[in-house]
Amino acid sequence: MAKLHISTSINGEATEFLCEPHATLLDVLRNDLQLTGTKEGCGSGDCGACSVTVDGRLTCACLVLGVEAQGREIGTIEGVGSSDKLSVIQEKFLEHAALQCGICTPGLIVSTQALLQQNPDPSEEQARYFLAGNLCRCTGYDKIIRAVLDAAATLRAEQQGAA
Amino acid sequence: MSEAQNFKYIGRNTIRPDGFDKVTGRANYGADLTLPGMLWGKILRSPHAHANIKRLDTSKAEALAGVHAVATFADFSAVGDEAIEGGEGSSTLLDLARNILARDKVLYHGHAVVAIAAKTAAIAEQALALVEIDYEILTPVLDVRTAMAADAPLLHNDLYTQNGADKATTPSNVAARHEFKMGDVAAGFAAAEIIVEREFYTPTAHQGYIEPHACTVRFDKDGQSMVWCSTQGHFDVRASTARLLGMELGKLKVIASEIGGGFGGKTTVYLEPVALILSRKSGRPVKMVMNRDEVFKATGPGSASRSWIKLGAKKDGTITAMQGSLAYEAGAFKGSPVMMGCMTAFTPYAVPNMLIEGFDVVVNKAKVAAYRAPGAPQAEFAVEMLVNELALKLGRDPIDLRLQNAAKEGTQTIYGPKLKRVGLVECLEAARDSKHYQQALAANQGRGVAAGFWFNVGGQSSVTINMNPDGTGTIVEGSPDIGGSRASMQMMAAEALGIAPALLKPIIGDTENVAFSAGTGGSRTTFATGMAVIEAAEDVVRQMKQRAASMWNVTAEQVDWVDGVAVNTAGEDRLSLASICAGADRTGGQISGRGNINARGAGPSFAVHVCDVAVDQETGKVDIVRYTAVQDAGKAIHPAYVEGQFQGGAVQGIGWALNEEYVYGASGLLENAGFLDYRIPVASDLPMIDAIIVEVPNNFHPYGVRGVGESGIIPPLAAVGYAVENAIGAAVTDLPLSPPRVLQLVQDRG
Repeated sequence: MAKLHISTSINGEATEFLCEPHATLLDVLRNDLQLTGTKEGCGSGDCGACSVTVDGRLTCACLVLGVEAQGREIGTIEGVGSSDKLSVIQEKFLEHAALQCGICTPGLIVSTQALLQQNPDPSEEQARYFLAGNLCRCTGYDKIIRAVLDAAATLRAEQQGAA
Repeated sequence: MSEAQNFKYIGRNTIRPDGFDKVTGRANYGADLTLPGMLWGKILRSPHAHANIKRLDTSKAEALAGVHAVATFADFSAVGDEAIEGGEGSSTLLDLARNILARDKVLYHGHAVVAIAAKTAAIAEQALALVEIDYEILTPVLDVRTAMAADAPLLHNDLYTQNGADKATTPSNVAARHEFKMGDVAAGFAAAEIIVEREFYTPTAHQGYIEPHACTVRFDKDGQSMVWCSTQGHFDVRASTARLLGMELGKLKVIASEIGGGFGGKTTVYLEPVALILSRKSGRPVKMVMNRDEVFKATGPGSASRSWIKLGAKKDGTITAMQGSLAYEAGAFKGSPVMMGCMTAFTPYAVPNMLIEGFDVVVNKAKVAAYRAPGAPQAEFAVEMLVNELALKLGRDPIDLRLQNAAKEGTQTIYGPKLKRVGLVECLEAARDSKHYQQALAANQGRGVAAGFWFNVGGQSSVTINMNPDGTGTIVEGSPDIGGSRASMQMMAAEALGIAPALLKPIIGDTENVAFSAGTGGSRTTFATGMAVIEAAEDVVRQMKQRAASMWNVTAEQVDWVDGVAVNTAGEDRLSLASICAGADRTGGQISGRGNINARGAGPSFAVHVCDVAVDQETGKVDIVRYTAVQDAGKAIHPAYVEGQFQGGAVQGIGWALNEEYVYGASGLLENAGFLDYRIPVASDLPMIDAIIVEVPNNFHPYGVRGVGESGIIPPLAAVGYAVENAIGAAVTDLPLSPPRVLQLVQDRG
């Protein structure tokens, strides 16, 4: 089957690509656009390693077709922070040693950003439930949750300082 | 080493040097490399658990447009039946080849049979569907009891039980029987006033690393072949792959990508030799990436086990005898870690009379791989459940009873040596004194305590430290960094050199730019590779002193090294490391230091865990309410990552205790090969995990390090298991304690 031409926006940048109708957004990101920060752990929406946002909504890129990106805004780990400065969430993950192997980290950071946009002051329980779709096999989640709650507190303090 | 060392950098929680790349998505893992002209390799796997291959025809697949190469076991036909070193667990090269691509028989659901490389992954998948195979289906053997029965169907007609020095003359599914003993258990039980015994079962469980196995390879006739892969030991990948393909080691470069978890499961090869064969045949680079279904069906898992344990004690709490029998599933080929189960089971205890036997049993499941403290969690689950029962029956506090019988320096082990200095008593005391242990339990709650022992290993490590003209340096090591070990290497080198850690960049060299290093396993990296780093740094310091001495016209013995500065003890001269590096061109060229060691003296790490659970007696659901993991680190180089090892091990063990198990249908097909149905713990399942670092120095490491990677997965099975038993008042024997099983226990209790 012929490839389809898709116009989309990835991390705020207008992007075009050709893709097979059956290709997932994850395949397109990783194999066609070389955005390999988004990881594949299961291909079935069970692990969250491929967490991205589609029009701001947190999604597993393995559950979305590449063609569905047409006219949407896609956000990936490559769009978090900037080349010279990490985001607060990224900094807190490093400060709290909230990663060991790091394969789940991009997905967890994208999910944490989505959590804190919805709820700037989550309780520990709210953070644990929101992030329940992001599997981590190394850390036991303790330091991840601490990093998330510290990032939330820091961002709230920054907001208050700016207000 | 002295008891209390004053460290400048060791013991701080620095930001890991590879952290920026990992939080930005720039770090490159096994599946992240693409090469020009690359093909995609896919594998056709057995739909049966046990079957003979009567006919295999790949001609239609080979004829499909876009297919460039096909591989089968025939490509391994020259492989001999010889032992292989490296990795963890015993194996032979022929078994390895037959596991990678089935020979005349498929031995488990998902066993690889044919591999195809094509222009795209989709074409490769289409081609797999064109392969014709006629199977003669055989009865599967799915449990050690069935497998050990006299009339059991045999997986291998040429497997004979090895029992010590004796080898059986009729074939069997029992590959080996091991026995360890000391003292006289009969006399020990005769002297006992109370005896407890029970049979236990633990299911097949998977390491569950989030990154599937992946590699990209390029075969080159001129000796420039390359394998890029996710592995715990790239020198072992090189050895296995080169031997399977009949290559010289020097003509195969293996590059360890960043690794997305392994826990022992990435100490062997599945894809790499196959991909290299496909590349050799096609003349093109080949990439292969497993999907999650393949990871569950054909890699990992840890052994399922059946065990029987019996303990005898006096009324005063003195344990007089310990006896046991363990049977572990090896999967389709011999080599379960049952011997290590035998060696670790009773080692937390100083008891004169012990006897244990272990059976290595083949079954129609994926060949097991090492899984964090391989063999120990299954055995210790059984022993620690019974020690808790003993405490209950004696009316004793379970930690107090363990303290009374705890192994310590000088305790004779069942496997040979006497223990050197160890920290079990200190761990038990820290657990007893924890806030957690002082807290009272509420209704429907229960508490479990368990200990665990792991040997830890040393072995070969190689390190080079290359200094730069501006006083920075690169640490080239050969141990894949699976959990932050580059941070530890950086800190240990900084400590030995006396300069800030940030001036040193640790990297994992490939098999060509660092000398042989054993894989990341056995909790060896921070210990053994750390020793090589310190040795390399001391070599740098020695040369720095010589350079300074030559500039001052004194002898090297007259130069001291203080906080990164050469000091002339015969005068006022001072030269910093940075200025010696800057002037190295005038004193003999730039400086590099070497450390090539075969490390001895790995210090065992004991762990003690305390778990409180709440059980919903209407649904059988178990919630972890409080959890404390105490472990001896010897010396924690980077305390936050040490805590992380304790916490991660604890949670993997919690998953094993509560939810994780391979579910097989009667025909031996795996029914839950995915994260939805094979349920590993998620964030909402857990509370915070309190980690308590005990530091009883290991005198064989310059800074006192003990490996900490594995012991933490040993206690949770019984800590959780006994907490449930304590909460519901019914004996727990089988894992996992999933809601249906717990509900059954509650209902049977009445």
